[in-house]
Amino acid sequence: MRIRVDPDKCQGHARCYGLAPELFDVDDYGLSTAVDGGNVPPGLEDKARLAIANCPEYAIEEL
Amino acid sequence: MARTQPVERWETDFDVLDAGYIADPFSVWDRLRGTCPIAHTERRGSTWLPTRYEDVVALAHDVEHFSSQKIAVIPLDGDEPEEPVLAYGLPPISADPPLHTWTRRLLLPWFSHRRVEGYEGLTRTLCAGLVDSFASDGRVDAAGRYAQQIPVRVIAHVLGVPPEMADTFTGWVRDVLEFADDPERRARGGDALLDFFVAEVARRKTEPGEDLLSELLATEVDGAPMDEAIVLGTAALVLIAGVDTTWSAIGSSLWHLAGHPDDRRRLVAEPELMPLAVEELLRAYSPVTMARVVVEDTEFQGCPMHAGDKVLMNFPGANRDPAAFEDADRVVLDRALNRHVAFGSGIHRCAGSNLARMELRVALEEWLRRIPEFHLADDAEVTWAGGQVRGPRSLPVVLS
Ligand code: HEM
Ligand code: SF4
Repeated sequence: MRIRVDPDKCQGHARCYGLAPELFDVDDYGLSTAVDGGNVPPGLEDKARLAIANCPEYAIEEL
Repeated sequence: MARTQPVERWETDFDVLDAGYIADPFSVWDRLRGTCPIAHTERRGSTWLPTRYEDVVALAHDVEHFSSQKIAVIPLDGDEPEEPVLAYGLPPISADPPLHTWTRRLLLPWFSHRRVEGYEGLTRTLCAGLVDSFASDGRVDAAGRYAQQIPVRVIAHVLGVPPEMADTFTGWVRDVLEFADDPERRARGGDALLDFFVAEVARRKTEPGEDLLSELLATEVDGAPMDEAIVLGTAALVLIAGVDTTWSAIGSSLWHLAGHPDDRRRLVAEPELMPLAVEELLRAYSPVTMARVVVEDTEFQGCPMHAGDKVLMNFPGANRDPAAFEDADRVVLDRALNRHVAFGSGIHRCAGSNLARMELRVALEEWLRRIPEFHLADDAEVTWAGGQVRGPRSLPVVLS
């Protein structure tokens, strides 16, 4: 599974980081990026889906 | 004395200061979503009240038509003064791009999740100390002696202003936000707050510190020091935005847990639920409503909105929309699908949301650790504030 954060949509709610800190890095300005090029390690797919489902800006997508 | 005339038709004559609405806005939104999802009133100026999630989010994203230059939910006599006291208002919250963009960037690093981790220790010590001060009393006002005491002290620390002034700050912020329909009180609180920051700014010019206020003063924009009116507006905003809001969220959450023993016991038994529970409590009892001003005549979802009309950013109502949330009116502590907008949506997303979440979580953790069993003394004794910020102002609970 691969995911990506759309930097134009992300507004820094940090819900993704709160739910799946293993998968996202949020910078000092709140902008989130998916770590490791968006590759989701096996076993963390559910967490990735949870993050996608809770982003209020619909900024996270599955590639 | 009643603050408002009775409301007969919520669709065409709503009033957010109506006592019944403050106590229970939820049933009004439910009804409006069925009859007239964007209600209107002429009270305090022509104002629209959207109640659907989809509409609130769309409005928040359309910053070209809906400006943040007038954000007060309760304008004075239907009209705010043309010239704000501070030339730039309270940026970034009352600014549109481009002023919004760079003033927001100045604030964000102070409330990044990394910085906020650094404030957790002092927040926990503060909460634990407060609980210790009343845990053996048998009965306590959880709003006045707990919720109200927490955010103001954390913010004072960030701003580098004296924590002993906490009660004074709280008084000013309440004057500005909660008693906004009383011109004298609103002006008194606003003036005092401004005078205070003017003096703090003057002091930092000779004795700079490590705090947010000092850093703002040292910031250069295009090679020149930042306009002092912007420094003052931004500092005042951080105090105003960080106090009533978070205290209300803590109070509402304790109110819920006091009246819902199943949820309370579940949270005590399964502390790992706390992060999801915090989001759910924020969704169900979102404290903050903002306003926008219509820039030019426009039609939105069939509503003829005129330049100068206000639109209320009803984030609390959006969060109760059954079209966006299953069982929207029920608190589900481990709700897994929760795109709530308690912190807003789009470019004005609450700059302090990481801090607010941490404070709410730590406040509940420290309370529940020492006081797992408690209930409302008498629901009739609970009083609520509403308007821009909704939350309990008196919350007597019995500790067992
Ligand atoms: C539970 C507590 C809080 C809630 C529910 C809340 C809610 C909100 C909302 C809904 C907005 C968006 C305003 C709009 O769209 O016009 C906002 C903006 C803002 N909040 Fe909060 N807030 C809370 C706590 C805090 C705290 C602790 C701070 C401390 C710094 C803070 C600082 C700000 C600032 C600076 C903005 C303006 C952001 C901008 O315009 O870009 N808030 N808040
Ligand atoms: S939850 Fe969405 S908007 Fe928020 S930081 Fe993550 S990707 Fe960005």
